[in-house]
Amino acid sequence: MLKIKNLYAGIDGKEILKGINLTIQPGELHAIMGRNGSGKSTLANVITGRDNYEVMKGSILFNSIDLLGMSPEDRALSGIFMSFQYPVVIPGVNNTYFLRAALNAKLKHQGMKEINAADFLRLIREKLKLVKMDEKYLNRGVNDGLSGGEKKHNEILQMLTLEPALSILDETDSGLDIDALKIIANGINNFRNNDRSFLAITHYPRLLEYMKPDFIHVLIDGEFVKSGDASLAFELEEKGYSWLEA
Amino acid sequence: MAKHSQIIDSAISQEYKYGFVTDIDQETIPPGLNEDVISIISSKKNEPEWMLKWRLKAYRQWLKMEEPNWAKLNYPNIDYQAISYYAAPKPKEKLKSLDEVDPELLETYNKLGIPLEEQKLLANVAVDAVFDSVSVTTTFKEELKKHGVIFCPFSEAVQNHPDLIKKYLGSVVPTTDNYFAALNSAVFSDGSFVYIPSGVRCPMELSTYFRINAANTGQFERTLIIAEAGSYVSYLEGCTAPMRDENQLHAAVVELVAHKDSQIKYSTVQNWYPGNPKTGKGGIYNFVTKRGTCLEENAKISWTQVETGSAITWKYPSCILKGDHSVGEFYSVALSNNFQQADTGTKMIHLGKNTRSTIISKGISAGKGQNTYRGGVKIMKGAENARNYSQCDSILIGDQCSAHTFPYIDVRNSSAQMEHEASTSRIGEDQLFYCNQRGIPMEDAVSMIVNGFCKDVFKELPMEFAVEAQKLMEVSLEGAVG
Repeated sequence: MLKIKNLYAGIDGKEILKGINLTIQPGELHAIMGRNGSGKSTLANVITGRDNYEVMKGSILFNSIDLLGMSPEDRALSGIFMSFQYPVVIPGVNNTYFLRAALNAKLKHQGMKEINAADFLRLIREKLKLVKMDEKYLNRGVNDGLSGGEKKHNEILQMLTLEPALSILDETDSGLDIDALKIIANGINNFRNNDRSFLAITHYPRLLEYMKPDFIHVLIDGEFVKSGDASLAFELEEKGYSWLEA
Repeated sequence: MAKHSQIIDSAISQEYKYGFVTDIDQETIPPGLNEDVISIISSKKNEPEWMLKWRLKAYRQWLKMEEPNWAKLNYPNIDYQAISYYAAPKPKEKLKSLDEVDPELLETYNKLGIPLEEQKLLANVAVDAVFDSVSVTTTFKEELKKHGVIFCPFSEAVQNHPDLIKKYLGSVVPTTDNYFAALNSAVFSDGSFVYIPSGVRCPMELSTYFRINAANTGQFERTLIIAEAGSYVSYLEGCTAPMRDENQLHAAVVELVAHKDSQIKYSTVQNWYPGNPKTGKGGIYNFVTKRGTCLEENAKISWTQVETGSAITWKYPSCILKGDHSVGEFYSVALSNNFQQADTGTKMIHLGKNTRSTIISKGISAGKGQNTYRGGVKIMKGAENARNYSQCDSILIGDQCSAHTFPYIDVRNSSAQMEHEASTSRIGEDQLFYCNQRGIPMEDAVSMIVNGFCKDVFKELPMEFAVEAQKLMEVSLEGAVG
């Protein structure tokens, strides 16, 4: 599904990622762990095509298509979703309106009929239950007046609605209390199937207790220094990162 | 950055869709301004002597006045002798019904999406259409008459309701108020007059549509709205003009008088030709004085404006809150794209006790546009417990535009409560990316974010105007950002 080869990338001329190789197959959940500043979020931003990030070398293929030449919206439409570490507030733009516009952009891209307001409302009410969100959020501005935890719920709500093939979860666990974490992990687990892939970025092994990864990669200073299965998370919890540093 | 400039380029090539010229027999008087010209205008309108005198007095005062230059606007000197002060479609005999209106003219209004005929029956909006210097037609007169509502061209009101005109004309905006108001008082040609009797809730929205067609002609309309005790009226105005290389002057005056317990809601969607988007050549100079008085207690005046057109906008719809417990509101969206410059805002003058005012201003600058909010809140000595809330937000799109905010606050009564909030931001790269990451294309994202930004104002507009305003915003901004 996703194939990153020898990727060197950064921002403002500064090289942050130094030769990343990563292959994610359909149905797999990969976790990337590392300290602040190790390049985790840079990788997420480069995959999703954020402005200002430059790729110096290497390639990213998504379902055999070269992502690097595509605009952020085309990458999104081809099935890549990112749950933002800091979801953005858009005042005055109704949550329902926003999410329906996003879904309709996707449906249109797939040559399907757009969803009308009534059907959408029915759909979104189902999805709200999955992340235990109150309906009142629907009429708020996008992320406007939401707490940190509520914003993360909203991100997962969007993921469940848009049904992407690849979901990048950028520190989705940060700022969540243990109950909220369980709800979100549960929402994601129920969404997992043999076709959907995930790339979860996190500091802490905690999220991974609830959401069993197939692979864990440890990122230090822009390089994967170790990869392993779920047990690596527990090792990291015990020993921290320093034993992996050169 | 390359992408940004590309998309900005495509925005710049966006055409003004109301820029056509109607080929119609026009009667114009030659350019120039003197007392003879004013007499000609007055006699063309068959005006009584007192009206001419009033005009001439205003003209003589104007001669002694100087054009204001305090606004943050750059434009070459206006040659007031090069402007023609009167243009009218022929024939100018009084029209009895729509059937007598020149079909070219009706076609013009149809092109503008202002059907004067049957469609308006469904929309339930009474329309007065002002083409250059004269009012072409007013719809729904009979229906309004049943409720005692007067809605007619200004020139007709001078003939038929001289007492009302004498009593109220210049009572809110005196002839000496400012340079452009004085000029308007001297040469105004037509406009709309509205009178709502006591206790009447006007059964439909009233609307005036202004169109400048003739070249080298100024448009100077005058609107007067009187709401008697306990009445209510909602009034809308819209404006467009052809694309011409020369700048054209529009200097209007609007006066609102709200008596006890009455309410006037005045909404504007201003879309005059903004000038050539690439060179900045041409476009309307829009110098407008709008003011309302809440004369007695519990009166309420709300101004809502969406200003997307004109090369230059100089406009400060204001409220004088004289009656105790009276309320003034100002909701504004001003957009300046390409070479447009807008200096706009409001004045709230609190005289009565427990008076309240609200100001919500949203400025949007794109291209090389320059957008200024200028607002004054004055709490006079006798205004016990006056309250004001002001919020001025600006959003910048691209890196060549600017936004400025000049709030003036003058409080002379210590019981006043004032709140002022202001913000300026670039249209957020993070907001755009967030939308894009959800598959929403750039242009849709921009218009979504800007419309969200304007929401507090749009929600004040009557339904059909709110939709028009949103669409207008999309067209005016199309591709303004990358």
